[in-house]
Amino acid sequence: MNKIVRMIVVLGVIGLISGGTLALVYQWALPKIIENQIRETKAAIFKVLPETRSYKKVVKDELTYFECFDDRGERAGTAILCKGNGYQGEIKLMVGVNADFTKFTGLTILEQVETPGLGAKIAERKFFKQFKDLATKPPIAYVKGRPPEKPNQIQAITGATISSRAVVNIINKTVKEWLEIQ
Amino acid sequence: MAGNPVKRNLSYEFLKGLWDESPIFRQLLGMCPTLAVTTTAINALSMGLATSFVLVCSATIVSFIRKLIPNQVRIASYIVVIATFVTIADLFLKGNFPDISKALGPFVPLIVVNCLILGRAEVFASRHDPFPAFVDALGMGFGFSIALTVLGTVREILGSGTIFGFLNFEPWVIMILPGGAFITLGLLIGLMNMIKERTK
Repeated sequence: MNKIVRMIVVLGVIGLISGGTLALVYQWALPKIIENQIRETKAAIFKVLPETRSYKKVVKDELTYFECFDDRGERAGTAILCKGNGYQGEIKLMVGVNADFTKFTGLTILEQVETPGLGAKIAERKFFKQFKDLATKPPIAYVKGRPPEKPNQIQAITGATISSRAVVNIINKTVKEWLEIQ
Repeated sequence: MAGNPVKRNLSYEFLKGLWDESPIFRQLLGMCPTLAVTTTAINALSMGLATSFVLVCSATIVSFIRKLIPNQVRIASYIVVIATFVTIADLFLKGNFPDISKALGPFVPLIVVNCLILGRAEVFASRHDPFPAFVDALGMGFGFSIALTVLGTVREILGSGTIFGFLNFEPWVIMILPGGAFITLGLLIGLMNMIKERTK
Protein backbone atom coordinates (compact mmCIF):
# COMPACT_ATOMS: atom_id res chain seq x y z
CA MET A 1 0.00 0.00 0.00
CA ASN A 2 2.74 2.35 1.05
CA LYS A 3 4.57 1.59 -2.15
CA ILE A 4 1.55 2.40 -4.31
CA VAL A 5 1.08 5.75 -2.59
CA ARG A 6 4.73 6.57 -3.13
CA MET A 7 4.52 5.66 -6.81
CA ILE A 8 1.51 7.89 -7.30
CA VAL A 9 3.01 10.78 -5.37
CA VAL A 10 6.35 10.65 -7.20
CA LEU A 11 4.79 10.45 -10.65
CA GLY A 12 2.27 13.14 -9.70
CA VAL A 13 4.97 15.53 -8.51
CA ILE A 14 7.11 14.94 -11.60
CA GLY A 15 4.07 15.57 -13.78
CA LEU A 16 3.21 18.77 -11.91
CA ILE A 17 6.71 20.18 -12.19
CA SER A 18 6.87 19.23 -15.84
CA GLY A 19 3.47 20.82 -16.55
CA GLY A 20 4.39 24.01 -14.74
CA THR A 21 7.68 24.34 -16.60
CA LEU A 22 6.03 23.76 -19.93
CA ALA A 23 3.34 26.34 -19.23
CA LEU A 24 6.07 28.93 -18.62
CA VAL A 25 8.05 28.00 -21.72
CA TYR A 26 4.89 28.01 -23.82
CA GLN A 27 4.00 31.50 -22.67
CA TRP A 28 7.46 32.64 -23.67
CA ALA A 29 7.38 30.94 -27.06
CA LEU A 30 3.80 31.64 -28.19
CA PRO A 31 4.23 35.31 -29.20
CA LYS A 32 7.35 34.40 -31.15
CA ILE A 33 5.60 31.57 -32.95
CA ILE A 34 2.69 33.83 -33.91
CA GLU A 35 5.11 36.50 -35.06
CA ASN A 36 6.90 33.94 -37.25
CA GLN A 37 3.64 32.89 -38.85
CA ILE A 38 2.72 36.49 -39.64
CA ARG A 39 6.18 37.13 -41.06
CA GLU A 40 5.90 34.01 -43.20
CA THR A 41 2.51 35.08 -44.59
CA LYS A 42 3.84 38.55 -45.33
CA ALA A 43 6.88 37.17 -47.12
CA ALA A 44 4.67 34.86 -49.18
CA ILE A 45 2.32 37.70 -50.16
CA PHE A 46 5.24 39.87 -51.16
CA LYS A 47 6.63 37.05 -53.30
CA VAL A 48 3.44 36.60 -55.31
CA LEU A 49 2.47 40.29 -55.46
CA PRO A 50 5.64 42.37 -55.11
CA GLU A 51 3.81 45.72 -55.26
CA THR A 52 1.94 44.96 -52.04
CA ARG A 53 2.41 47.46 -49.23
CA SER A 54 -0.56 46.53 -47.10
CA TYR A 55 -3.05 43.71 -47.12
CA LYS A 56 -6.34 42.66 -45.62
CA LYS A 57 -7.01 39.06 -44.69
CA VAL A 58 -10.37 37.66 -45.76
CA VAL A 59 -11.76 34.31 -44.63
CA LYS A 60 -14.87 33.32 -46.52
CA ASP A 61 -16.45 29.88 -46.59
CA GLU A 62 -13.41 27.61 -46.64
CA LEU A 63 -11.15 30.02 -48.48
CA THR A 64 -8.51 32.35 -47.11
CA TYR A 65 -7.24 35.16 -49.31
CA PHE A 66 -5.54 38.49 -48.94
CA GLU A 67 -6.71 41.68 -50.65
CA CYS A 68 -3.48 43.50 -51.45
CA PHE A 69 -2.94 47.23 -51.86
CA ASP A 70 0.04 49.08 -53.35
CA ASP A 71 1.81 52.19 -52.03
CA ARG A 72 -0.94 54.52 -53.30
CA GLY A 73 -3.58 52.47 -51.52
CA GLU A 74 -4.97 51.08 -54.76
CA ARG A 75 -5.86 47.45 -55.17
CA ALA A 76 -2.84 45.57 -56.48
CA GLY A 77 -4.53 42.21 -56.63
CA THR A 78 -5.33 39.22 -54.49
CA ALA A 79 -3.11 36.57 -52.96
CA ILE A 80 -5.06 33.35 -52.59
CA LEU A 81 -4.10 30.58 -50.20
CA CYS A 82 -4.60 27.18 -51.84
CA LYS A 83 -4.17 23.66 -50.62
CA GLY A 84 -4.79 20.20 -51.93
CA ASN A 85 -3.27 16.77 -52.36
CA GLY A 86 0.05 16.25 -54.07
CA TYR A 87 1.83 13.01 -54.84
CA GLN A 88 2.78 12.19 -51.26
CA GLY A 89 0.89 14.60 -49.06
CA GLU A 90 -0.72 17.98 -48.84
CA ILE A 91 0.64 20.87 -50.86
CA LYS A 92 0.02 24.39 -49.55
CA LEU A 93 0.73 27.27 -51.84
CA MET A 94 -0.12 30.90 -52.44
CA VAL A 95 -0.94 32.33 -55.83
CA GLY A 96 -1.36 35.97 -56.78
CA VAL A 97 -3.78 37.39 -59.35
CA ASN A 98 -3.81 40.98 -60.55
CA ALA A 99 -6.63 43.41 -59.74
CA ASP A 100 -8.64 42.96 -62.96
CA PHE A 101 -8.07 39.18 -62.93
CA THR A 102 -6.36 38.87 -66.30
CA LYS A 103 -3.16 37.20 -65.22
CA PHE A 104 -1.38 35.46 -62.40
CA THR A 105 1.32 37.52 -60.75
CA GLY A 106 3.26 34.77 -59.05
CA LEU A 107 3.25 31.51 -57.14
CA THR A 108 5.01 30.37 -54.02
CA ILE A 109 4.94 26.92 -52.45
CA LEU A 110 4.43 27.12 -48.70
CA GLU A 111 4.45 23.47 -47.73
CA GLN A 112 5.08 20.28 -49.67
CA VAL A 113 6.37 16.79 -48.99
CA GLU A 114 6.95 15.66 -52.59
CA THR A 115 9.80 13.30 -53.53
CA PRO A 116 13.14 15.08 -53.02
CA GLY A 117 14.88 15.67 -56.32
CA LEU A 118 11.76 15.04 -58.37
CA GLY A 119 8.39 16.37 -57.23
CA ALA A 120 10.05 18.67 -54.72
CA LYS A 121 11.24 20.70 -57.72
CA ILE A 122 7.82 22.39 -57.69
CA ALA A 123 9.33 24.60 -54.97
CA GLU A 124 12.19 25.63 -57.26
CA ARG A 125 12.28 28.89 -59.12
CA LYS A 126 12.55 27.27 -62.52
CA PHE A 127 9.10 25.77 -62.05
CA PHE A 128 7.18 28.42 -60.15
CA LYS A 129 8.41 31.37 -62.22
CA GLN A 130 6.32 29.96 -65.08
CA PHE A 131 3.23 31.13 -63.22
CA LYS A 132 4.23 34.76 -63.36
CA ASP A 133 2.19 36.57 -66.04
CA LEU A 134 0.32 33.37 -66.88
CA ALA A 135 -3.16 33.97 -68.33
CA THR A 136 -5.99 33.25 -65.90
CA LYS A 137 -8.50 32.29 -68.57
CA PRO A 138 -8.96 29.56 -69.66
CA PRO A 139 -7.80 27.54 -66.62
CA ILE A 140 -4.12 26.60 -66.49
CA ALA A 141 -3.05 23.63 -68.55
CA TYR A 142 0.27 21.81 -68.59
CA VAL A 143 2.36 20.32 -71.38
CA LYS A 144 4.99 17.60 -71.14
CA GLY A 145 8.49 17.64 -72.54
CA ARG A 146 8.17 20.75 -74.73
CA PRO A 147 7.94 24.46 -74.10
CA PRO A 148 4.39 25.82 -73.64
CA GLU A 149 2.77 27.47 -76.66
CA LYS A 150 -0.38 29.06 -75.28
CA PRO A 151 -0.51 31.85 -72.68
CA ASN A 152 -2.28 29.62 -70.16
CA GLN A 153 0.21 26.73 -70.36
CA ILE A 154 3.12 25.70 -68.21
CA GLN A 155 5.67 22.93 -68.74
CA ALA A 156 5.46 20.04 -66.27
CA ILE A 157 8.63 18.91 -64.51
CA THR A 158 10.22 15.90 -66.23
CA GLY A 159 9.68 12.83 -64.08
CA ALA A 160 7.26 14.64 -61.81
CA THR A 161 4.12 15.06 -63.88
CA ILE A 162 1.90 14.08 -60.94
CA SER A 163 3.29 16.81 -58.68
CA SER A 164 3.14 19.39 -61.49
CA ARG A 165 -0.43 18.41 -62.31
CA ALA A 166 -1.32 18.58 -58.61
CA VAL A 167 -0.13 22.19 -58.41
CA VAL A 168 -2.10 23.12 -61.54
CA ASN A 169 -5.25 21.38 -60.30
CA ILE A 170 -5.02 22.92 -56.84
CA ILE A 171 -4.72 26.41 -58.31
CA ASN A 172 -7.51 25.90 -60.87
CA LYS A 173 -9.88 24.49 -58.29
CA THR A 174 -9.23 27.17 -55.67
CA VAL A 175 -9.38 30.04 -58.15
CA LYS A 176 -12.69 28.73 -59.43
CA GLU A 177 -14.09 28.62 -55.89
CA TRP A 178 -12.72 32.08 -55.23
CA LEU A 179 -14.42 33.49 -58.34
CA GLU A 180 -17.72 31.99 -57.24
CA ILE A 181 -17.76 33.92 -53.97
CA GLN A 182 -16.72 37.25 -55.46
CA MET B 1 24.79 -4.28 -14.97
CA ALA B 2 23.07 -3.45 -11.70
CA GLY B 3 24.85 -2.96 -8.42
CA ASN B 4 28.20 -1.25 -8.17
CA PRO B 5 29.23 0.17 -11.51
CA VAL B 6 32.88 0.07 -12.45
CA LYS B 7 34.54 3.35 -11.58
CA ARG B 8 36.09 4.98 -14.61
CA ASN B 9 37.48 8.42 -15.07
CA LEU B 10 35.41 11.23 -16.53
CA SER B 11 37.36 11.70 -19.73
CA TYR B 12 36.66 8.06 -20.57
CA GLU B 13 32.95 8.63 -19.96
CA PHE B 14 33.05 11.58 -22.32
CA LEU B 15 35.20 10.09 -25.06
CA LYS B 16 33.47 6.73 -25.27
CA GLY B 17 30.47 8.44 -26.88
CA LEU B 18 32.63 9.70 -29.71
CA TRP B 19 34.21 6.43 -30.78
CA ASP B 20 34.13 3.25 -28.67
CA GLU B 21 30.43 3.45 -27.95
CA SER B 22 29.36 5.90 -30.65
CA PRO B 23 25.57 5.81 -30.41
CA ILE B 24 25.07 5.57 -34.14
CA PHE B 25 28.07 3.70 -35.52
CA ARG B 26 28.61 1.31 -32.60
CA GLN B 27 25.37 0.94 -30.68
CA LEU B 28 23.07 1.62 -33.64
CA LEU B 29 20.66 3.50 -31.39
CA GLY B 30 18.28 6.23 -32.48
CA MET B 31 18.14 5.11 -36.10
CA CYS B 32 14.84 6.85 -36.86
CA PRO B 33 16.13 10.45 -36.88
CA THR B 34 19.48 9.22 -38.20
CA LEU B 35 17.91 7.91 -41.36
CA ALA B 36 15.13 10.44 -41.73
CA VAL B 37 16.59 13.90 -41.24
CA THR B 38 20.13 13.58 -42.56
CA THR B 39 19.24 14.84 -46.03
CA THR B 40 21.32 17.97 -45.48
CA ALA B 41 24.18 18.78 -43.14
CA ILE B 42 22.36 21.63 -41.44
CA ASN B 43 19.25 19.53 -40.71
CA ALA B 44 21.44 16.76 -39.34
CA LEU B 45 23.38 19.13 -37.10
CA SER B 46 20.20 20.78 -35.78
CA MET B 47 18.70 17.38 -35.03
CA GLY B 48 21.92 16.34 -33.29
CA LEU B 49 21.98 19.47 -31.14
CA ALA B 50 18.30 19.23 -30.22
CA THR B 51 18.77 15.58 -29.23
CA SER B 52 21.93 16.42 -27.26
CA PHE B 53 20.11 19.14 -25.35
CA VAL B 54 17.36 16.72 -24.36
CA LEU B 55 19.87 13.99 -23.58
CA VAL B 56 22.07 16.12 -21.33
CA CYS B 57 19.18 17.77 -19.45
CA SER B 58 17.21 14.60 -18.90
CA ALA B 59 20.25 12.52 -17.91
CA THR B 60 21.21 15.10 -15.28
CA ILE B 61 17.69 15.37 -13.87
CA VAL B 62 17.21 11.60 -13.91
CA SER B 63 20.46 11.18 -12.00
CA PHE B 64 19.37 13.78 -9.42
CA ILE B 65 16.02 12.15 -8.73
CA ARG B 66 17.10 8.52 -9.21
CA LYS B 67 16.87 7.66 -5.52
CA LEU B 68 13.38 9.15 -5.13
CA ILE B 69 11.80 7.20 -7.96
CA PRO B 70 10.26 3.83 -7.07
CA ASN B 71 11.63 1.14 -9.34
CA GLN B 72 8.22 0.22 -10.79
CA VAL B 73 7.53 3.67 -12.23
CA ARG B 74 11.05 4.59 -13.30
CA ILE B 75 10.47 4.29 -17.05
CA ALA B 76 7.29 6.38 -16.81
CA SER B 77 9.15 9.00 -14.78
CA TYR B 78 12.05 9.12 -17.25
CA ILE B 79 9.66 9.52 -20.15
CA VAL B 80 7.88 12.45 -18.47
CA VAL B 81 11.22 14.15 -17.83
CA ILE B 82 12.39 13.48 -21.41
CA ALA B 83 9.07 14.62 -22.91
CA THR B 84 9.29 17.87 -20.97
CA PHE B 85 12.68 18.72 -22.43
CA VAL B 86 11.63 17.63 -25.91
CA THR B 87 8.65 20.00 -25.77
CA ILE B 88 10.92 22.80 -24.58
CA ALA B 89 13.31 22.12 -27.48
CA ASP B 90 10.39 21.99 -29.92
CA LEU B 91 8.94 25.30 -28.72
CA PHE B 92 12.39 26.89 -28.77
CA LEU B 93 13.00 25.85 -32.37
CA LYS B 94 9.52 26.95 -33.45
CA GLY B 95 10.01 30.32 -31.80
CA ASN B 96 13.55 31.09 -32.87
CA PHE B 97 14.36 28.92 -35.88
CA PRO B 98 11.09 28.39 -37.76
CA ASP B 99 12.84 27.20 -40.94
CA ILE B 100 14.78 24.47 -39.18
CA SER B 101 11.68 23.54 -37.21
CA LYS B 102 9.79 23.13 -40.47
CA ALA B 103 12.54 21.06 -42.06
CA LEU B 104 12.73 18.69 -39.09
CA GLY B 105 8.94 18.51 -38.91
CA PRO B 106 7.57 15.70 -36.76
CA PHE B 107 11.05 14.41 -35.90
CA VAL B 108 11.55 16.91 -33.10
CA PRO B 109 8.58 15.66 -31.04
CA LEU B 110 9.74 12.14 -31.89
CA ILE B 111 12.96 12.68 -29.91
CA VAL B 112 10.82 11.50 -26.97
CA VAL B 113 11.01 7.95 -28.26
CA ASN B 114 14.65 8.10 -29.30
CA CYS B 115 15.98 4.99 -27.62
CA LEU B 116 19.38 6.61 -27.18
CA ILE B 117 17.96 8.99 -24.57
CA LEU B 118 15.93 6.45 -22.63
CA GLY B 119 18.87 4.06 -23.00
CA ARG B 120 21.32 6.45 -21.36
CA ALA B 121 18.82 7.28 -18.61
CA GLU B 122 18.30 3.61 -17.83
CA VAL B 123 21.85 2.31 -18.33
CA PHE B 124 23.92 5.20 -17.03
CA ALA B 125 22.14 8.16 -15.42
CA SER B 126 20.02 6.06 -13.07
CA ARG B 127 23.15 4.39 -11.68
CA HIS B 128 25.57 7.32 -11.42
CA ASP B 129 25.91 10.69 -9.75
CA PRO B 130 24.72 13.76 -11.62
CA PHE B 131 28.12 14.94 -12.78
CA PRO B 132 29.29 11.68 -14.41
CA ALA B 133 25.78 11.35 -15.88
CA PHE B 134 26.10 14.85 -17.33
CA VAL B 135 29.52 14.06 -18.81
CA ASP B 136 28.31 10.76 -20.25
CA ALA B 137 25.30 12.43 -21.86
CA LEU B 138 27.47 15.23 -23.23
CA GLY B 139 29.82 12.71 -24.84
CA MET B 140 26.95 10.66 -26.27
CA GLY B 141 25.22 13.80 -27.54
CA PHE B 142 28.44 15.00 -29.11
CA GLY B 143 29.04 11.63 -30.75
CA PHE B 144 25.43 11.55 -31.99
CA SER B 145 25.67 15.07 -33.45
CA ILE B 146 28.99 14.38 -35.19
CA ALA B 147 27.76 11.10 -36.66
CA LEU B 148 24.55 12.74 -37.90
CA THR B 149 26.44 15.64 -39.42
CA VAL B 150 28.87 13.32 -41.22
CA LEU B 151 25.92 11.39 -42.66
CA GLY B 152 24.15 14.62 -43.60
CA THR B 153 27.26 16.04 -45.27
CA VAL B 154 27.89 12.93 -47.37
CA ARG B 155 24.25 12.74 -48.42
CA GLU B 156 24.00 16.44 -49.21
CA ILE B 157 27.14 16.40 -51.36
CA LEU B 158 26.14 13.31 -53.32
CA GLY B 159 22.38 13.83 -53.35
CA SER B 160 22.03 17.55 -53.96
CA GLY B 161 25.52 18.41 -55.22
CA THR B 162 25.71 21.40 -52.89
CA ILE B 163 27.79 22.52 -49.86
CA PHE B 164 31.03 23.55 -51.57
CA GLY B 165 29.20 25.35 -54.33
CA PHE B 166 30.18 23.01 -57.12
CA LEU B 167 27.59 21.38 -59.31
CA ASN B 168 29.60 19.58 -61.95
CA PHE B 169 27.73 16.32 -61.83
CA GLU B 170 24.17 15.15 -61.89
CA PRO B 171 23.27 14.60 -58.20
CA TRP B 172 22.32 11.08 -57.19
CA VAL B 173 18.72 11.49 -56.21
CA ILE B 174 18.87 8.18 -54.36
CA MET B 175 21.17 9.70 -51.76
CA ILE B 176 18.52 12.06 -50.41
CA LEU B 177 15.81 9.40 -50.55
CA PRO B 178 15.55 6.92 -47.64
CA GLY B 179 17.60 4.32 -49.52
CA GLY B 180 20.57 6.66 -49.57
CA ALA B 181 20.46 6.91 -45.79
CA PHE B 182 20.84 3.16 -45.41
CA ILE B 183 23.61 2.98 -48.02
CA THR B 184 25.59 5.83 -46.43
CA LEU B 185 25.13 4.50 -42.90
CA GLY B 186 26.19 1.01 -43.94
CA LEU B 187 29.31 2.26 -45.69
CA LEU B 188 30.28 4.49 -42.76
CA ILE B 189 29.88 1.66 -40.25
CA GLY B 190 31.94 -0.56 -42.52
CA LEU B 191 34.60 2.12 -42.70
CA MET B 192 34.66 2.43 -38.92
CA ASN B 193 35.02 -1.32 -38.54
CA MET B 194 37.90 -1.30 -41.00
CA ILE B 195 39.71 1.43 -39.08
CA LYS B 196 39.12 -0.42 -35.86
CA GLU B 197 40.60 -3.62 -37.31
CA ARG B 198 43.64 -1.80 -38.62
CA THR B 199 44.41 -0.02 -35.35
CA LYS B 200 44.11 -3.13 -33.22
